[in-house]
Amino acid sequence: MTSGTDQGGSTDRRATFVNIGERTNVTGSARFKRLIHSGDFDAALDVARQQVDAGAQILDVNLDDAMLDSEAAMTRYLTLIASEPDIARIPIMVDSSKWSVIEAGLKCVQGKAIVNSISLKEGEDAFLEAARKVRRYGAAVVVMAFDEQGQADTAERKFAICERSYRLLVDVIGFPPEEIIFDANIFAIATGIEEHNDYANGFFDAVRMIKQRLPYAKTSGGVSNVSFAFRGNNPVREAMHAVFLLHAIEAGLDMAIVNAGALPVYDDIPEDLRVRVEDVILNRRADASDRLLEIAERYRDAGGTQASGPNLEWRSGSARERVTHSLVHGIDDYIVEDTEALRQEVAHPLEVIEGPLMDGMNVVGDLFGAGKMFLPQVVKSARVMKKAVAYLEPYIQAANRADGTVQRANGKIVMATVKGDVHDIGKNIVGVVLQCNNYDVVDLGVMVPAATILETARREHADAIGLSGLITPSLDEMCYVASEMQREGFTLPLLIGGATTSRIHTAVKIAPNYDGPVLYVQDASRAVGTVSSLLSDTQHDALVAGTRAEYDRIREEHLDRQEQTERYPIAEARALPAPVSWEGYTPPVPRTPGLTVLDGFPLADLVERIDWTPFFQTWELTGTYPKIFDDPTIGEPARNLYADARAMLDQMLAEQWVTARGVLGLWPANSIGDDIEVYTDESRAHVAGVIHTLRQQTSKGRGRAENFALSDFIAPKATGLADYLGGFAVSTGFGEAERVAAFQAQHDDYRAILLRALCDRLAEAFAERLHERVRREYWGYAPDEALDNESLIAERYQGIRPAPGYPACPDHTEKRTLFDLLHAEANTGIELTESFAMMPGAAVSGMYFSHPQARYFGVGRILLDQVQDYAVRKGMTLAEAERWLAPNLGYVPPRR
Amino acid sequence: MSPVTAAPALSLSTAAADRIEALHLALAERILVLDGAWGTLIQGYRLDEAGFRGERFRDWPVDLKGDTDLLNLTRPDIVREIHDRYLDAGADITSTNTFTATRIAQADYRLEDYAREINREGARIAREAADAATARDGRPRWVAGSLGPTNRAASISPDVNDPGARNTTFDELREAYRDAAIGLLEGGADILVVETIFDTLNGKAAIFGIDELFEELGYRVPLILSGTIVDASGRTLSGQTLEAFWISIRHARPFAVSLNCSLGPEQLRAYVGELSRMADVPVAAYPNAGLPNEFGGYDETPEQMAASLGAWARDGLLNIAGSCCGSGPDHTRAIVAAVRGVPPRRIPTDERHVMRLSGLEAVEVGA
Repeated sequence: MTSGTDQGGSTDRRATFVNIGERTNVTGSARFKRLIHSGDFDAALDVARQQVDAGAQILDVNLDDAMLDSEAAMTRYLTLIASEPDIARIPIMVDSSKWSVIEAGLKCVQGKAIVNSISLKEGEDAFLEAARKVRRYGAAVVVMAFDEQGQADTAERKFAICERSYRLLVDVIGFPPEEIIFDANIFAIATGIEEHNDYANGFFDAVRMIKQRLPYAKTSGGVSNVSFAFRGNNPVREAMHAVFLLHAIEAGLDMAIVNAGALPVYDDIPEDLRVRVEDVILNRRADASDRLLEIAERYRDAGGTQASGPNLEWRSGSARERVTHSLVHGIDDYIVEDTEALRQEVAHPLEVIEGPLMDGMNVVGDLFGAGKMFLPQVVKSARVMKKAVAYLEPYIQAANRADGTVQRANGKIVMATVKGDVHDIGKNIVGVVLQCNNYDVVDLGVMVPAATILETARREHADAIGLSGLITPSLDEMCYVASEMQREGFTLPLLIGGATTSRIHTAVKIAPNYDGPVLYVQDASRAVGTVSSLLSDTQHDALVAGTRAEYDRIREEHLDRQEQTERYPIAEARALPAPVSWEGYTPPVPRTPGLTVLDGFPLADLVERIDWTPFFQTWELTGTYPKIFDDPTIGEPARNLYADARAMLDQMLAEQWVTARGVLGLWPANSIGDDIEVYTDESRAHVAGVIHTLRQQTSKGRGRAENFALSDFIAPKATGLADYLGGFAVSTGFGEAERVAAFQAQHDDYRAILLRALCDRLAEAFAERLHERVRREYWGYAPDEALDNESLIAERYQGIRPAPGYPACPDHTEKRTLFDLLHAEANTGIELTESFAMMPGAAVSGMYFSHPQARYFGVGRILLDQVQDYAVRKGMTLAEAERWLAPNLGYVPPRR
Repeated sequence: MSPVTAAPALSLSTAAADRIEALHLALAERILVLDGAWGTLIQGYRLDEAGFRGERFRDWPVDLKGDTDLLNLTRPDIVREIHDRYLDAGADITSTNTFTATRIAQADYRLEDYAREINREGARIAREAADAATARDGRPRWVAGSLGPTNRAASISPDVNDPGARNTTFDELREAYRDAAIGLLEGGADILVVETIFDTLNGKAAIFGIDELFEELGYRVPLILSGTIVDASGRTLSGQTLEAFWISIRHARPFAVSLNCSLGPEQLRAYVGELSRMADVPVAAYPNAGLPNEFGGYDETPEQMAASLGAWARDGLLNIAGSCCGSGPDHTRAIVAAVRGVPPRRIPTDERHVMRLSGLEAVEVGA
């Protein structure tokens, strides 16, 4: 039971219980995450060093974050650790949910490491394949009590999964049993949900069974999970960890992931706390959680925020305090009456805005800046603010008429989604956040031509212009807007944001077109900081000069990097296509050939197909659904946002807010080189249309020589095989625009953005659901497929549905051909803009490939030889082809 | 990095399988003797630039003098003669002249595309010499295909100002070792020996590449893994303790684990003892002929070396004995005499089933 080992000297150590340091984990440590994101690897190494100094005997390293290139970060971090003998002396636990990240880590570790983790989640084959590789890298392995049915929560199921895993590992591939570590899932207890009360006991029992019945196997777990219910109350959490560990080690736990250095000694825990914590951990009495809650506050650190709840005590404060409370908690029920009360206290109604309302919003801004509030909450705050301002508006106008004063904002920003693009969620969020901070925002909406943007900026005396876009052709349009600003002699700052934009694109492609300041704004939380610095007399010059210097550096690096990569000429690339074998293969014949129109597709059928993870990303809450709900920082805002979303979905369905319409087609097709010919009928004599695909020209020296094109997955005409191609276009956005406009009229940006985000998700769910039905029914090549939603999201099925504009076929203009084949405008009402964005925006289109070896890939950078060839095939000029393929060009085209 | 070398159509001949079986039997009975150094002997032939180039590489654009492994192609007669001298001295195992014949190391001479051929020819010459010796006296002889450490390190920065810099990668090393191993097996090596491992990550890449190759071929040959302790700190160049090193490579299930090079017998004794205590596989040792003197030569006489290795053998530390830098056939002859009749080390079994991990140092987690 001791956790003490000899820490002195440099001798090899023996241990009976092992502490695994947890702070080098971006999902568990906000500080570490910030350091990694900002590239401050020196400070990130210090975090590791502190863990070692505090007694960690193994270092868990986790760099899983949607905003990170986790493989590169893992390689970089472990490579640096290898050069720090005081850190590298202990073994590394390579922790990731992505195998590619684990493998990247294993390639950097000379010692014997631990892989964290593998499981039966994706079935036995995937499990054993991963285990074999772990063995070949010479690592030990953590196995989660997780199988095809999900995570185990009872002792019996935990053990059953561990036993099955053990037998497979030991009996089938000869994995040394002493190198298997079972993680029997530590879950949160004292959550208020009765079934959770026995989770700790379930864990202890599972550990006991594993130690007794699976010879030599080890056990581990992430201890912090157990105390999630007491987020923000570290003294209670740490006491829970110490008590939990004591009992877990008694049950036979060999190691645990802990905050090395922050574990109190069991005996040092004050007795009343210790007893009540122990009651909770061991589930010794029915009222254990309540009794711990009773005294928990006494042990909490100074500060910390209280939960709001249905408690109306705050109503007894002053009107000023009530307004602040409403703003911070996003409560709009009382804002009009409180605003009215304040209005009566002041001489000019504007003072209400400049005084109490702005003060309240400043509190919101501070909390947001400090990472204590999150985007969905801020947007709700903005809704409250807008309601108050709208209420005051008539009074202000009346007063202004009387005394001639004008409201002064911090600055005025003209914002627009550029011509050809209809996506505006991100732009709307940024607009709301800026308005919260007292900026005047002129939002021109979507598909705004450059001329309109410039004209408005001039007329409104704007202080900055913000451009947004989602699809890749919008990048080109942004360059055009920048060059127009230059031509017309503008000097205003130009802000760039949106999903396909990036710092590197802004630096390399947009900024050179315009002499004024050009700044990339990564997300809404950066927008206010950037704008306020830009418009500040003292910070403006430093920000602009700093950004210029940074972009110059990025441009140089970009040029350097471009010269380094050597790629296959297109002729060589074609000689090394995707390894698809047609011999002895019979393509499946569609059961329902031709076009099928789906009007009024049942929305209820789509709700459970929603992939929620991207929904949370829209709101800048990064994490995997449903694990995100357990996150100590963003779990709560994520839960609240989810509850609002479910409520809105219920109402959408009940009141038929939107309609889902789609069309699918299944046609005879064969490939000829990199093209796919689609025929009018089975005689295959008449070509209805040609899909032009692009081929990878994979950089030489990557070790994998194959160069994929989508046409590789369709039987070549020369084989004589009768193959087929599918296509589809679906939208759930019919009726959306009217609803969004109605919410905006009510100053309810929160619900407007929520609805847009939900419609986007429903469209994706529609595409996913339709693909499933195509596999099972319309094409019918997998009639017996039965997958749960998680497996569907993970794309564990036969066939793919790549979409034009995405990595496997990056050319958006292919949508035109697809839409013509589908008669999509007539059959669904979905239209294409001049940049080939779909309207309504909540729409998905793509192609279906049935071949079992078909898979997703990224075309990546391509060379001039292929672009020339492609232009000829498409009947475009080279310049046109280069414009549409701009993001994929592996060379710098001449400026035209 | 080059594309993955195609899997060769190799199979294990009956004769080769018989030799491997005989190797296991012999190892159970006696201490086997591995031959000695190559560099010193080749220097004795005093080849000039033209001598290394031969006819085939007469117009090669860079200097080739010093690429001793190239002699497998340009002077096979010299290579054969050296094998013969060691085999005549009584070596059971002769190692191929391929220590620097990986793509990575040969790139210094722009000969990376010849690496596989150099390995294949090196193994073929050794095979012929070994078979000829067996034909003469009926005693079995084995060929150990030598895989050196390359001149690059996967976990050591070449740039003092940038600790994150590397001049090679795991995947590049894995490919290079795999490519060389294919050549050695094509030429007829019985054993693969990854030797002078100064950076364990290089060693792990070798293990990975060779294990992949074994799986593709459908058979395995005995694999010897030999590390190098650089100085009296008792650590590898990449900073691991000997125990940490052993833990890091154990998963390869080697035919034998070994220490070679760097130190002379006197300095190496303690580490051979430590390895012998902890390894549950056969142990080999082939030290240098002492530490280099002020002229870069080695001073330990055949008699001195044989005395040390004979004592280790009698202490029960060895299953395979040999010599490294600075040694020659006379050293081999003396070592053969010193270990003759001494029973081999008994291989301990480890029934503790503790989990062993390592960083630069070892950690055990209780059963």
